[in-house]
Amino acid sequence: MLPIRKPLAVLALCAAALPALAQTTVENAWARASVANQHSSGAFMTLTSDTDAKLVAVQSPVAKDVQIHEMKMNGDVMTMGPVSSLDLPAGKAVSLDANGYHVMLMGLVHQLKQGQEVPLTLVIEDAKGNKENLEIKAPVRSLTEGEPEMKHGHVHQ
Amino acid sequence: MNDLLTRRKVLAGLGLAGLAALTGCDTSPKLDFKYGKDLSNKILGRSFKLQDVHGDTYALSSFYGSMPMVFFGFTQCPAICPTTLARAVQIKKLMGRDGDFLKVVFITLDPERDTPQVLEDYVKAFDPTFTALSGTPEQIAATAKEFGVFYEKVPLGDSYTVSHSSTSFVFDSRGRLHLGLSHSLTAKECAEDLLTLMEIC
Repeated sequence: MLPIRKPLAVLALCAAALPALAQTTVENAWARASVANQHSSGAFMTLTSDTDAKLVAVQSPVAKDVQIHEMKMNGDVMTMGPVSSLDLPAGKAVSLDANGYHVMLMGLVHQLKQGQEVPLTLVIEDAKGNKENLEIKAPVRSLTEGEPEMKHGHVHQ
Repeated sequence: MNDLLTRRKVLAGLGLAGLAALTGCDTSPKLDFKYGKDLSNKILGRSFKLQDVHGDTYALSSFYGSMPMVFFGFTQCPAICPTTLARAVQIKKLMGRDGDFLKVVFITLDPERDTPQVLEDYVKAFDPTFTALSGTPEQIAATAKEFGVFYEKVPLGDSYTVSHSSTSFVFDSRGRLHLGLSHSLTAKECAEDLLTLMEIC
């Protein structure tokens, strides 16, 4: 019985704690490793908000400037630029990945190495304009991380 | 007996291995790429000369005897450049033993900020066999032009980012361009087309 009871107790704790802590859940957050003297890198995650909200800013002590960026393909040409906010529709998982939005860490104050954690403060604004800070720690993953095929294991036919 | 029939008989007698050796890369059969763009009728990237971190100069001819896959980017690119490099790592694995024939070449479009050492460290972090090339801004501009690669600096606060074309260009072992691989293709799709190209190399 013990192996079953324990996870249940943990689940109950989580369920009780979640609504009180935040209305936005962050999953699979990570930052890409950098090499020495590389000036910038990216952070990625999946955000799900209980209610309509938006991500309006991200802060981190590892970079002088942190921006929310959108990567767009215009035919064969990749363009990238900042957006003022990222909509988080109620209940919808919004991915920040290599194919769309991402957190751009500009002016790195030190090299990001695998095994480290990058503290990130996500500023989330709800529909009423109330702002909430969500503190997370994104583990640093290798430079080679994030090839979509490897991550999801899907095969295009 | 006419000449054609004689020739056919001789070819049949050589068998498959002999035929491959005989034709080699000399013929230009129509390659049936399933995913990539057939660029066999284009002449691109014939005269670039760029340097690696040691100051050694590379031209297309430096890669004769292998199958070079050339693409462009910059190290401060958080999304498409690392995923294209990571895809190249994956492609090599998927190609198995033939993967050693593929030579991955990354050319920076941001020579002002990508110092040779940062560029080298970045590219080798993916795979130490990859080649990272740079040059003066003028050399990079000329190289991008001869590949038909578009790039431009986009201001970003007091810094800038670079918009750029994302195609990977693949040449055969004698430096003839054959294949353009779009950023949207998976490693498996790329590997399949590269193995098709290897049939003539």
